[in-house]
Amino acid sequence: MNIGILALQGAFLEHQKILTKMGLNSSLVKETSDLDKIEGIILPGGESTSMRLISQRKKLWSELKLRLNLGLPAFGTCAGAILLSKSIVEEDTETLGLIDVQVKRNAYGRQVDSFDDFIDLKFSPEKAYLAIFIRAPRFEKIGPQVELLAEHQNQPVLLREKNVIISSFHPELTDDLRIHSYFIDIIKNKGR
Amino acid sequence: MDKGTVTIKRGLAQMFKGGVIMDVVNPEQALIAEEAGACAVMALERVPADIRAHGGVARMADPKIIEQIMNAVSLPVMAKVRIGHFVEAQILESMGVDFIDESEVLTPADENYHINKHNFKTPFVCGARDIGEALRRIAEGASMIRTKGEAGTGNVVEAVKHIRAVNDGLRKIVSMELEELVRYTKEIGSSLELLLEVKELKRLPVVNFAAGGIATPADAALMMQLGCDGVFVGSGIFKSQNPAIRAKAIVDAVTYFNKPEVLKEVSYGLGEAMPGLEILKLKEEEIMQKRGW
Repeated sequence: MNIGILALQGAFLEHQKILTKMGLNSSLVKETSDLDKIEGIILPGGESTSMRLISQRKKLWSELKLRLNLGLPAFGTCAGAILLSKSIVEEDTETLGLIDVQVKRNAYGRQVDSFDDFIDLKFSPEKAYLAIFIRAPRFEKIGPQVELLAEHQNQPVLLREKNVIISSFHPELTDDLRIHSYFIDIIKNKGR
Repeated sequence: MDKGTVTIKRGLAQMFKGGVIMDVVNPEQALIAEEAGACAVMALERVPADIRAHGGVARMADPKIIEQIMNAVSLPVMAKVRIGHFVEAQILESMGVDFIDESEVLTPADENYHINKHNFKTPFVCGARDIGEALRRIAEGASMIRTKGEAGTGNVVEAVKHIRAVNDGLRKIVSMELEELVRYTKEIGSSLELLLEVKELKRLPVVNFAAGGIATPADAALMMQLGCDGVFVGSGIFKSQNPAIRAKAIVDAVTYFNKPEVLKEVSYGLGEAMPGLEILKLKEEEIMQKRGW
């Protein structure tokens, strides 16, 4: 199995390091041809606007959108989650629209308000998970098909719809591999 | 729940990786930077080239200018303080500026000491000319490092010198035995603890960007190929003939830094770059990189 990581801007190498630690093959996705070699894709943390604009200038955006709509499994963290959401609150910015969620950018405030805290993962309740929220977005207006995988202070922070998962925090900044493992299981089980 | 931890502060810098941070002096420029795909902006009263031309004491920007820029874009906003001026940093932190640059581009406030950056929840970036300087700033709490280069010159030569010096230091540390590392701490003025961390990581423990003289997409890609994690562009964009197009070209050049065919394409017909300065022709007091230690 080979996992792609969108590598236009952001913490893509951090994701790659985690996959390598898990003994998995991965490759960086910068061009449309890179999409041919992968069975799932991670959209990392970073600046969602940067990633969107760079990929739109290089035709990667439309090709990625096509593959995602054909069922390519995807995992988006923070900025990546914004890109995968259906729409952005108070903006008409185009997104990839893969998961039925409205997302509000920087909803927790600026960097001084960034925080970490323990959350419970519904699929792995035996141990609390330390989630790192950096200028994090918030998921609002969540569609009926979307499954809640974790929340923080009654706010959803990890969600899934079919073979797409999004987190408002940064699993790529920790050594806890559980969410990446969960994504790999989704790919292996073809979405279930 | 914790805020302002090392992981959270360094983490924001990790989110900048592979990106371009652009100097802007008003909301219009900030929007041009955002539309180009910048990953953050540096809010300033003057870009470094104008600071050079203006002369006198250069200080933190008026909070009003910074606030206008913070309100204009959803990107993270950085701002500069003078070396050692922790009160300017307190003001920026209270405003909610996302990252503070303790910068040699401004006139130093303290000739001996940099700011104790551990005292802040807001992360700091600092300039460095070699591995020792980088590790001293990290010891003081810097969450991100950048080359000093020579700001406002449009001349990349000093930034290249500085990243090569950092790389040289990294290679030495990685290959050294313990007794050699102990001796090396004396040579470069850094703690053994940090050297051991570098040896283990085989890189700096924080993100390291290029800065100081980057003016073209090729300059940006050069710094990336030399191992930088991303690029600051100061005067290089808004002192050029066609800022919006050049800004996009530099963003694309940082993403596709190792693809010459893309670099050719984005460099095509960009118009005049900013006028450059020769480092040898600068007077001693005009050299910014020697500020700080």
